[in-house]
Amino acid sequence: MTDKYTQLVSQGLGKDVAKKLGLPQPVVLRRHQPGAPLVTGPVLVSGDSAGADDLATTMLGWGLDVRRNALPKEKLGAIILVLDAVQHPADLGKPVLTAGASLRDLSPNARVITISRTSQSARTPATAAARQGIDGLLRSLAKELRAGSTANGILLDEHEDEHLATTSPSALGALRFFLSGRSAYVDGQFLTIGSASGSLPNDADKPLAGKVAVVTGAARGIGAAIARTLHRDGARIVAVDIPAAGDHLAAVANEVRGTALQLDISRDDAGHRIIEHAVERYGRLDIVVHNAGITRDRLLANMDESRWQSVIAVNITAQLKINEALLASEHFKESPRIVSVASTSGIAGNRGQTNYGASKGGVIGMVRSTAALMEPFGGTINAVAPGFIETEMTAKMPFAIREAARRLNSLKQGGQPQDVAEAIAFLSSDSAGGISGEVLRVCGQQLVGA
Amino acid sequence: MAAEDMTTDGPLESATHPRTTRSAVIVGGNRIPFARTGGAYVKSSNQDMLTAALDGLIARFGLQDERIGEVAAGAVLKHSRDFNLTREAVLGSALSPETPAYDLQQACATGLETVIGLSNKIKLGQIDSGIAGGVDSASDAPIAVSEGLRDILLDLNRAKTTVQKLKIISRIRPKDLAPDAPNTGEPRTGLSMGEHQALTTAQWKISREAQDELAYNSHRNLASAYERGFFDDLITPYRGLNKDSNLRADTTLEKLSTLKPVFGKTLGSEATMTAGNSTPLTDGASTVLLATEEWADAHGLPKLATVLDGEAAAVDFVHGKDGLLMAPVFAVPRLLARHGLTFEDIDFFEIHEAFAGTVLSTLAAWEDEEFGRTRLGLGGALGKVDRAKLNVNGSSLAAGHPFAATGGRIVASLAKMLHEKGTVDGRPARGLISVCAAGGQGVVAILEAA
Repeated sequence: MTDKYTQLVSQGLGKDVAKKLGLPQPVVLRRHQPGAPLVTGPVLVSGDSAGADDLATTMLGWGLDVRRNALPKEKLGAIILVLDAVQHPADLGKPVLTAGASLRDLSPNARVITISRTSQSARTPATAAARQGIDGLLRSLAKELRAGSTANGILLDEHEDEHLATTSPSALGALRFFLSGRSAYVDGQFLTIGSASGSLPNDADKPLAGKVAVVTGAARGIGAAIARTLHRDGARIVAVDIPAAGDHLAAVANEVRGTALQLDISRDDAGHRIIEHAVERYGRLDIVVHNAGITRDRLLANMDESRWQSVIAVNITAQLKINEALLASEHFKESPRIVSVASTSGIAGNRGQTNYGASKGGVIGMVRSTAALMEPFGGTINAVAPGFIETEMTAKMPFAIREAARRLNSLKQGGQPQDVAEAIAFLSSDSAGGISGEVLRVCGQQLVGA
Repeated sequence: MAAEDMTTDGPLESATHPRTTRSAVIVGGNRIPFARTGGAYVKSSNQDMLTAALDGLIARFGLQDERIGEVAAGAVLKHSRDFNLTREAVLGSALSPETPAYDLQQACATGLETVIGLSNKIKLGQIDSGIAGGVDSASDAPIAVSEGLRDILLDLNRAKTTVQKLKIISRIRPKDLAPDAPNTGEPRTGLSMGEHQALTTAQWKISREAQDELAYNSHRNLASAYERGFFDDLITPYRGLNKDSNLRADTTLEKLSTLKPVFGKTLGSEATMTAGNSTPLTDGASTVLLATEEWADAHGLPKLATVLDGEAAAVDFVHGKDGLLMAPVFAVPRLLARHGLTFEDIDFFEIHEAFAGTVLSTLAAWEDEEFGRTRLGLGGALGKVDRAKLNVNGSSLAAGHPFAATGGRIVASLAKMLHEKGTVDGRPARGLISVCAAGGQGVVAILEAA
């Protein structure tokens, strides 16, 4: 699971030595286990807006130990900084500094979460400045936290006549996701809540109960973790991968009590085959996770046509074609979910990956554009962009490059496939119904790139 | 029609039409790619391979933890430790451990006979679901000690005193230490299967060119079936192999014509049987899921074809009355007659290619007026098989022939072909399977599109 260096410096002598030498000090992250509590200690809800009061009341109803004011020396599991009512950058000082005074009281693997409104929806320059200021604040704060603690933000969008409450379903869904071990490797990120759609699950440990989910590229690595995680959360799984990966695929399908569909997703009829399989076997299709992807790295100067075309064909064209079939299907109309795996290479770029970067940037563009097409029937589409994840693929990188890639983030370690899977599971759930067209990075706040 | 006539003189005498109230449908199948002996599966046991084939089937159809009515499979080359091979494979698979299983052995007809046997149980109402299959490894073949050594070892086991034991041990001679390796020789004639077929091939005057052409078509048809993805839902890769390793997609008639004859070199006539138009020793396993229509529907599973009926036959090859592998020649007309069918009513002919000469001798016998009159008891020739309907997706010459696994390969592939074909002139598409076997036996069956 955790890399050897992280194990070494997490405790005992190794920890002391690393501290004295000023070496990076990653800790073993708190990851979700069924039945685990949402947070590790009391939650301080900071901010004096009505939205803060409502949120505190809601969280009390979840059985959390909620504080409206910090108690001296009390270890905190999370600080929630509610800034939904700020009008001017000058409004930030008081609540932010108050919360700042409690940062030293955070337990390891704690959470800081801001709740504010999108700057695009601000009506005055001052309000926009205040709201956008929170972006810079949060991203900086995330880099200051230690010991596996993370900082993430929830942005409430505003439309003409819709004023989203801090307690709207997906705001609460995102809050629960960020508080929990499900977001272990998500750091310095924002999720925008676009609407009041969605609903919290009846059973917090089975948020996907009754759903049927298709996962492409499920034979290994991140795809296999997605299948396991969606299954753990209650979904029935159709595991898809190319026929040549069928043996690994069968093992995953058997492990998650699902079915294996050996299918090359770049075939023209792939979408049709996926829908047909899910409907014939399970009578429905709720979730499609586009995870399958390939890399054919070369500097652009050395790139041949087949390397370029094959990456584009599998990583983005196949998704576009499958989505067309899904959007046209009568079986994909009940608040369905699509989640695509993008990559930080598609955001910040990566040397040697012009083809891959183009395909993953393409995924992000596709997700943003498809959101409007999914909306009429309560559907959502989002992307998750992993950073450095510990997989068979990254294990093959040269040692020095791997070690650098692994440490260059706020959490000083690579993520696990499960971390990507958790974000996908959340975006696949009913509680994320108000989130669409978003790209969530699971990168431990990678230091290079946006 | 045969109830009052208990003798079996008449070749067309057979059981009366079975009275059944329900049909046995083929849901689908799974096999591992077949590997030439000494190749990819050199370290795999029969149990390993059968378990892998089962697990692939379970993954394809979501049968994890399912209690299947019964699993029947077998191997031709079998270690004495594998007395419960199929049950052990079931226990090692993802099926419910409460699934009963039995082993069956009928030489190369083993696989087809498991399909017929379980279909009959389904039709009789004894079980609602069944998995038929077979496996063989010539790489991991059992090697016995010599008869002399076996005698001595058994005596040794019975000896009580050290003196007795030493006396017995002193009986061991160097020649006793030579192991008794398995061979494909017929116990009653001492001739190998290839030498037997060479006799038949010469008797029916089958030319070298005709045999090479059949082999060429087998490779070409199998390769194009792979090419269009026909096996995507019939095969699960195993041990790094995702295609039958014997397949030579690029073989040509010219290449085949250059191979030296290996059988029939002492017959006086021209030797025509080569390594190219004979099947090599092969390792592999196959499975077929059978069920009632209701069971398939309740599980949301496909119904590809029904098992209409099967028939076994045997010939007196010991005295040279018929060729060793010619029993299907007699089984097929009996089966057709039982259902009032002719070759005109058959859309696919799957004649197992033990040797190209076997298939061609079989076809020649059916086309022979005199043979039809004198041996089959018909008014003339049984009929001519339309070559365009013969082994259209390749057969054993290209795929290889792991003895007991061949039946399952053919049944699953034919069921899929029939399903794709659907109906012909308003009747369900129909396919005939013919498998010859050691000991002068043959088992044949008819499937119909469901």
